[in-house]
Amino acid sequence: MKKLVDWLDSRTGCRKLVHEALFENVPGGARWRYVWGSTLTFALVVQFITGIFLWMAYIPGSQSAWESVYYIQNEMWGGWFLRGLHHFMAQAMTVLLVLHLMQVVIDGAYKAPREVNFWFGVVLLLLVLGLSLTGYLLPWDQKGYWATKVATNIAGVTPVIGPSLQKLIIGGTDYGHHTLTRFFALHAGVLPGAIIVLLVGHIYLFRRHGITAKQPYKKPDAHFWPDQVLKDIVACLAVLAVVLFFVIRYRGAELTAPADPSEPYSAARPEWYFMFLFQFLKYFPGGTEVWGAIVIPSVLMGILFLMPFLGKWKLGHRFNLGLLWVLVFGAGLLTWLAYAEDRRNPAFAVAQREAHRDAERVKILASAPAGIPVSGAVTLLREDPFTQGPLFAKYCASCHRYDGHDGTGVVPKDSPSAPDLKGFATSEWLADVLDPDKFDSERYFGNTKFKDGKMSRFLKKTVAKFNEDEKENLQKVILALSAEAQLPSQAEVDHLDATLIAEGRQLIANDTMRCTECHNFRSQEEDASAPDLTGYGSRDWLIGIISNPTHEQFYGKKNDRMPAFAEEGILDQKQIGLIADWLRGDWYEPSKKGKGR
Amino acid sequence: MCAAPKHPESEERRGFFKRAFCYVFGGLLALVPAGAGLAVFLDPLRRKTAGPGGAVRVASLNALPNDGVPRKFPVIADRSDAWNKYPNTAIGAVYLRRTGDREVAALHVVCPHAGCFVDYAADRDNFLCPCHNSTFALDGSINDPKSPSPRGMDPLEVELRGNEIWVAFKNFRAGTHERIPEA
Repeated sequence: MKKLVDWLDSRTGCRKLVHEALFENVPGGARWRYVWGSTLTFALVVQFITGIFLWMAYIPGSQSAWESVYYIQNEMWGGWFLRGLHHFMAQAMTVLLVLHLMQVVIDGAYKAPREVNFWFGVVLLLLVLGLSLTGYLLPWDQKGYWATKVATNIAGVTPVIGPSLQKLIIGGTDYGHHTLTRFFALHAGVLPGAIIVLLVGHIYLFRRHGITAKQPYKKPDAHFWPDQVLKDIVACLAVLAVVLFFVIRYRGAELTAPADPSEPYSAARPEWYFMFLFQFLKYFPGGTEVWGAIVIPSVLMGILFLMPFLGKWKLGHRFNLGLLWVLVFGAGLLTWLAYAEDRRNPAFAVAQREAHRDAERVKILASAPAGIPVSGAVTLLREDPFTQGPLFAKYCASCHRYDGHDGTGVVPKDSPSAPDLKGFATSEWLADVLDPDKFDSERYFGNTKFKDGKMSRFLKKTVAKFNEDEKENLQKVILALSAEAQLPSQAEVDHLDATLIAEGRQLIANDTMRCTECHNFRSQEEDASAPDLTGYGSRDWLIGIISNPTHEQFYGKKNDRMPAFAEEGILDQKQIGLIADWLRGDWYEPSKKGKGR
Repeated sequence: MCAAPKHPESEERRGFFKRAFCYVFGGLLALVPAGAGLAVFLDPLRRKTAGPGGAVRVASLNALPNDGVPRKFPVIADRSDAWNKYPNTAIGAVYLRRTGDREVAALHVVCPHAGCFVDYAADRDNFLCPCHNSTFALDGSINDPKSPSPRGMDPLEVELRGNEIWVAFKNFRAGTHERIPEA
């Protein structure tokens, strides 16, 4: 072994190198205050290792970035852990950078002859923040997409060169493949490369000038190895422990729904360490954001660069220290204000809930046997009735309700003017509608012109007086009518009740229950004056009535205010289909298809 | 520089523990990110060949000439690629050849030597691999003792369903004497 090392040493001089690295003199012995640089180097190494492995499974493209991250996170061995480690270590790095900077300024380690090294450090700080910014977009999820849009739009307000700069950054006029390829090249190539070069310079200069030892010395001088290394390792272990805590606590990094330029994302916020800037921008009225986003931060950066010169004077050093504390507290205060504002904002809470719901939902859809379409996971949500349910809130809930609310949980102020459609065409819903006491209640037809119509009169005069046999028949009619809908949620029950349903169909068709006096059922009577009961509540039937309720198959001329959504061009066929599926509770569920909300 | 230690032995012992701690925990620091990365890196090892999972309709019997000349057909089936599923996409190709009125033989187009796409050389009426010049007879057997290929072309099971040719398509490991289906 010794021979091998001798041989290697004679060729490379590695012993001297190791000796220089390990046996640097530490004046006054090892101290905890010197650990920050080492923890940062450790964090950077972790980012390099985890980043390279993530790189092996990541594709920068607008139809594959989210998908590949989803795959890493949910399908690959320990992928969530790897991604979590990369994500939370990035955050730890930001904290460590601030601590390192504070320690350097407090100890006066930025003063002559260490000015250049201080500048190296400040540039490194900016490069690491650049990594955070570029890395945030790479998963191409709603959060990263919208938050990064804000950042690149801010770049666009730069005087004179803004618009061109923005185009160069995002690789075109709008976000797309080239935004990702550029961000990825910056994130995994340019910035890390620059960091390596600067870090080598930083460490070289640090070794050249030695540690700025804090007076008074409490211990005799010692070598870097093993005392300071030991302290550094303990500090790195502590950093790792904190990061691992967050990785496991949150089971890796968050992945929100795939980026969708057509879907708002009110929950978009930058990473927490940029929240102070986010908040800061709120104080600049329209047209003046260039001050908050560019001018003031640039001036502060300029002062940071000049600190070594200012620090030559005793007062200058105090100014530097004071400014740094003001900045740290200011940023802290702004961050706190930003979070406090969000906490008080109920709309933000709703947005966050929706974001969380979409993120969970797309995960379920992506793991379905059909896989993710080549057009990207974003289409999974766009074509998912469960997710698109809010179409009901937008187009139907001005008259209808869904279990008392608008389908998204919000209760409209005005009272409903059309039936509540929760559980439409289920046997429970039909039993209510055919209940003489409930038909004309506000929940069903109470606020429509059918309140005192034929059906209402029939229920009150005839059905209300049904004897036990007739009531039993009515129950069969309800089951038969409900079976027409072929609701996924009732598939099993319909199968069990097949005999009763067959009897019920007979009862409707042969007019025992007088349904066909007004309604059609498996018939084409022209004098039918009420909606066709054939396929009642089925997908086609619902699409038909939403498309045009004035069609003679439905209400004809008796239609009460309901728009013909297709005929009038309010909704397209796809949207109508989504609303119909949503009302029917017909959407993909992993265990059993068609389970309702 | 370091002052002379007062108790050399206990100092020595302390120094040993410090160094041991550094080695062990320093190693641990590197192990966590490297281990996490390696797990993801090794993930492909647990992936299995999905394959079409049974016979696939490849062509109609009418599409095959009567003179026994092989003809190449794509194999169309569903393919999975990580998160994407591609329905009805080309997953490979086969040479089909009539060996009787209602008898068809199928050969995998891939050379068993190193996996190149084997050509049918019409002028010589045999198969020729353009990469390393392996040649194969029409029935797929090696027809040149110097052929670099360790085995003949891989035959595939054929089933005639009415007038349609169905092939149990699978891939085989290249470079081995035995015919080992890819797992």
